[in-house]
This record gives sequence, C-alpha cells and structure tokens, in this order.
Amino acid sequence: MTFDLIGPIAYASFFLVLALVNALVCLGLNVQWGQTGLFNVGVVGFVAIGAYASALLTTPPSQGRLGGFALPILVGWLAAMVASGAVSAFVGAVTLRLRADYLAITTFGVAVVVQLVALNAQGLTGGAFGVAFIPRPFDSLASTPALYDLANLALIAIVVVVVYVALERLARSPWGRVLRAIREDERAAMALGKNPVRYRLQAFALGGALMGLAGAIGAHFIGFIAPENYTSSLTFQVWAMLIVGGSGNNLGAIIGAGLVWALWSASGLIIADLVPASFEARAAALRIIAIGVLLATMIVVRPRGLIGEKAMVSRHLDKE
Amino acid sequence: MTPQVLVDGLMSGALIGLGAIGVTLTYSILGFANFAHGEFISFGAYATLLVASGISALIVGSDQGIGALSISPAVIGASFIAMALTAGLALALDKILFSRLRGKSAAISIVMASFGASMAIRASLEFAFTSRPAYFSRDLEIARPIGFSLRATPDQIALLAVAAALLIGVHLLLTRTQIGRAMRAVSENPALARVAGVDVDATIRFVWAIGGALASASGVMLGLLVQIRPFMGFDLLLPLFAAAILGGIGSAPGAFAGALIIGLGEAITVQLAGSEWRAAFAFLVLIVVLVVRPTGLAGRPT
Repeated sequence: MTFDLIGPIAYASFFLVLALVNALVCLGLNVQWGQTGLFNVGVVGFVAIGAYASALLTTPPSQGRLGGFALPILVGWLAAMVASGAVSAFVGAVTLRLRADYLAITTFGVAVVVQLVALNAQGLTGGAFGVAFIPRPFDSLASTPALYDLANLALIAIVVVVVYVALERLARSPWGRVLRAIREDERAAMALGKNPVRYRLQAFALGGALMGLAGAIGAHFIGFIAPENYTSSLTFQVWAMLIVGGSGNNLGAIIGAGLVWALWSASGLIIADLVPASFEARAAALRIIAIGVLLATMIVVRPRGLIGEKAMVSRHLDKE
Repeated sequence: MTPQVLVDGLMSGALIGLGAIGVTLTYSILGFANFAHGEFISFGAYATLLVASGISALIVGSDQGIGALSISPAVIGASFIAMALTAGLALALDKILFSRLRGKSAAISIVMASFGASMAIRASLEFAFTSRPAYFSRDLEIARPIGFSLRATPDQIALLAVAAALLIGVHLLLTRTQIGRAMRAVSENPALARVAGVDVDATIRFVWAIGGALASASGVMLGLLVQIRPFMGFDLLLPLFAAAILGGIGSAPGAFAGALIIGLGEAITVQLAGSEWRAAFAFLVLIVVLVVRPTGLAGRPT
C-alpha cells in the first residue's frame, strides 16, 4: 500500500517546494509593492540574478565558464541575496528620486538585460545551455525522490517561516511604520523628518534580496538553470499571486502564491493530459490570457485581494 | 564599422520613433507608462497581415509587389485598415480598463493594469497566430547602392519616406491644429483645460487613436523589414520607453530624436558586439539619462 502513496507524496512535496519558492518571491514583492508602493516589473530579473550568482559560486569547476568555486550552498544563498540586493539598491538609487513609472521602466529593463546576459554571455552563464550540476541540499537522499522532496520541503518551509516572522516583525517595527507612512502621505512623513528616498531604497533592496534568495533556493532544488526559466511570464505570475492574495499582507502573499501556483500547475496538467500535442502551444497561450484577465479584473473589481492589508492601529487603542 | 550602420540605424530609429510618439503622448496626457503599447505594434502587424490576405483573395494580383518594392497594394490598403483597427483596440482598452482606474486609484495601478493587458494581448496573438514568424512577402530584396558607399533596399527607402511623412504630419497636427493645442493643454493642466472649454475626454480618445495608429504603422514596417512575431512589439518596448524618456516625456519631436539616437546606437552596437546585444544599448541610454538628465533632451524640469 505504501507504494501507492509514494507517487502522490513525491508530487505533492515537489509541488509545495515550488509553491514556497514562489511564496518567497511574492514576500519580496510584498515588501516592495505591498508595504512601500514600489512597482517592480522586472521581478524575474532579480530572481535570475540570485539563481545565477549562487550557481556560479557553488558549482564544481567547469571548462569554458567562469566561476565553479564549489562553495557551500549556504554561501551561495547569501551571495544570491547580496547580488540581487545590490542590483536592487543600484536601480533604486538611480530611479527612486524620480517619477514612480521610471522605476517600473528601469526594472523592466533589468529583466530584459539579465535575460540577454543569461542567454549570450556564455563565459559567465553558460548561454542557452544554462548551468548544470548545481549542488542540491540532501542530495544523498536523491535515490528516494519522495524523501528528497520531503527533506527539501522541510528546509524551504523553515526558510519561509523565518522570513515571514521577520517581515511581520519588521512591518510592526518603527521602520515598517515609516514605510507605510511614506506610502500613504509622503509629505507628512517628510514633515516628521523622515527621508522617503532612503526608506524606499532600503525596502526595495530588501525585497530584491528576498527575490534573489528565492532564485537561489529554486536553482539548488532543481539542480539546473537556463535562461528560458526566467521569462517575463514569471514576473507576471508573481504579480498575480500578490494581487490575488492581497498586497500589503504577508500571509496573503503566501496564500496567493499557493493558490495561483495550484491553478497554474493544475491547468498545466490538464493541458498535458487532454489537449493534443499539436495544440499545446496554443493552450499554453490561453493560460497566460487567463492570468492576464484575472490580474486586470482583480485590480478593477477587488484591488484589496482575498485578504487585504490589515488596518494597523496602535495597540494602545481599544479594539471595538 | 562601416557607414552602412547609418541606413540600418535610421531605419530602426524610424520604427522606434513611430512607437515612441504614442508612448510619450499617452504618458504626458494620461500620466502613466503604458506597457501595452508594444502590443499595439504587434496587433497592427497581424491585423495588416490578415486584412491583406483577405484583399488579395478578393482582388487578383493585388499581392504583387509594386515596381521594385516587395510591398503590394494589398498590404498598403490593409495597413490603413489596420491603423484604424489598432486605434480601435487602444480605445477599447481605455474604455474597459484604463478609464475605470483613472482618477480613482494611484497612477501606478494603471501601469500594472497595462502590464496585465500587454500579457493578455500578446498571448491572444500567440493563440491566434502561433509563435511561428509570419511574413508579408517571400520576395527577396536586394540592397542597391544609393551613393556615399551606402546600400539600401527599395523597401527601406520607401519606408523611411513614409516614416518621415508620418512624423511631419504628427508634428503639424500637434502644433498647428485645434486638437493639437487641446492635447497640450490637457497635458499641462487637465482641470484648467476643462474650464477653458476643452473636451478632455475627446482629447484623451484622440491621443489613444493617434498612438494606436502610429504603433500599427510601426508594426507593419517592422513586419515588412524583418518578420511578424507575437513578441515583436514587446521586444521593442524597452527602446520605446528609452526613446520617450531620452526625448523628454510629452515631446513628440524629442521622442523621435531620442528614437534616432537609439536606432543609430543599436546599429553601432550590432556592428561592434553582435546583434544579440542590441537591446542592451537602450537600457544603457535609459540609465544614463535617468542619472544625468532625467527630464530628457527637450524636457523642462518639473
């Protein structure tokens, strides 16, 4: 009987690991957009930077490609956060004192250029063939896939919980209050002596670092990355997750990630099962149309998402 | 590097310019960066393709190139209809999506809505036409010498002339007509324009129509010179934004000047670093402008 269970368990934990990786990206986006109102259209670029940074540091030496330092996975994760955080800080420094749209346009450009570099700088990124042999946590368990997936699931769940708790504390800290104050009324915050550009820059870099971490975790789980994994439809999915879940709410970001990822995976399975191969590319396009319509509809009909932002009132006030 | 980059650069500059005018006008009058503008370009190209095949089925011989050009009467006729259709798409998008958000929510959520619309339109094109490239004509065009040791295909020369004519037309429209003055007034101060008797809603509709029509023309040209793909407009989006910002938001001549600079720069990049790095140049320009002179060439400090 156990034999029948292993397949579903393996698939469920594989699915959940990827859902949690998406949840981590979504939490990063929530820091940028939900809490600070910064619009990032190049989410996938920051995820890819993290994935590649970690891959280059942790893979064994490889011919014809820079990197391959065989460093521990944890070093890769940290480097991913630093790399994505640094690029975010640079983008923020260039655009945050300007109009909000310029940040959007520049992040879009980052995603385009990261894709270009991933595809064409073969000496750095392996080009279209990508980077293989990325060390995987718990690789010794790989002979029993269910066990391997479960161990990874536990590890990533811990990371997500730690990040979630940390972000919740941050949101309630003076720093988080300043962020919301700036988002709601920039002038009032300035009048209280807060420098909006500096706080926005910090929030943007923190969000970017989380996206980088998510990219690295995903890369180490699969063990292989290629440019085609990092196209604009990922940016789009993560946005749908945050908007559906409720921007401004960390729990909403995680629930939205799980929900949209479930819809996305289920529709993928249905397409693979029911749609003839000749029609598959078209059916895949239909999926993206559906998400586009979902996103636009949510923005118009229910901009708060499923669970919107909690109203933050001082705990010294009576709750009524 | 050969002087030939001049022809290639002018050509891609003209394509970018026609799109960038729409971006800069919608940006200055409606106050948001429209990420769906690239899809207007792709939509225009596919609409032309569809209408042209209809025309050539009805009128025998209309799919033959005119003289030395590979451009057929069917494509020319279809491109006018496609301009109207793309203007209609822009208006429809404004009616069902953007107008609902205007004034109510933050400008940035309109940007996000345009991002969703962009994805949905692009995927619809992929659904309808698949991602396989399509072509207006299978004729092979030979580049001929045009003096100064430059070579150009007859198509390139004709399309450059069309782009120049469209640009002059838009410039005259913006500077010499009542609707052009209304557009500048709305961009300056919508409330004051309304008080002064400008029909703000009609002006906004006019801006969408012009932006859509010019994007469609750009798409047809890109389709004639290269190929038609669902991603053709999306891939042009970064150069469009870079040109609009380099030129100074709201300035049509600025956008066109910015587009020519980016077109020439891209052609030089292709010569020096290879065609795969083409898109990197627009990003470089974007960063430099934002650091050095965020108001752009023609922009005034805000």
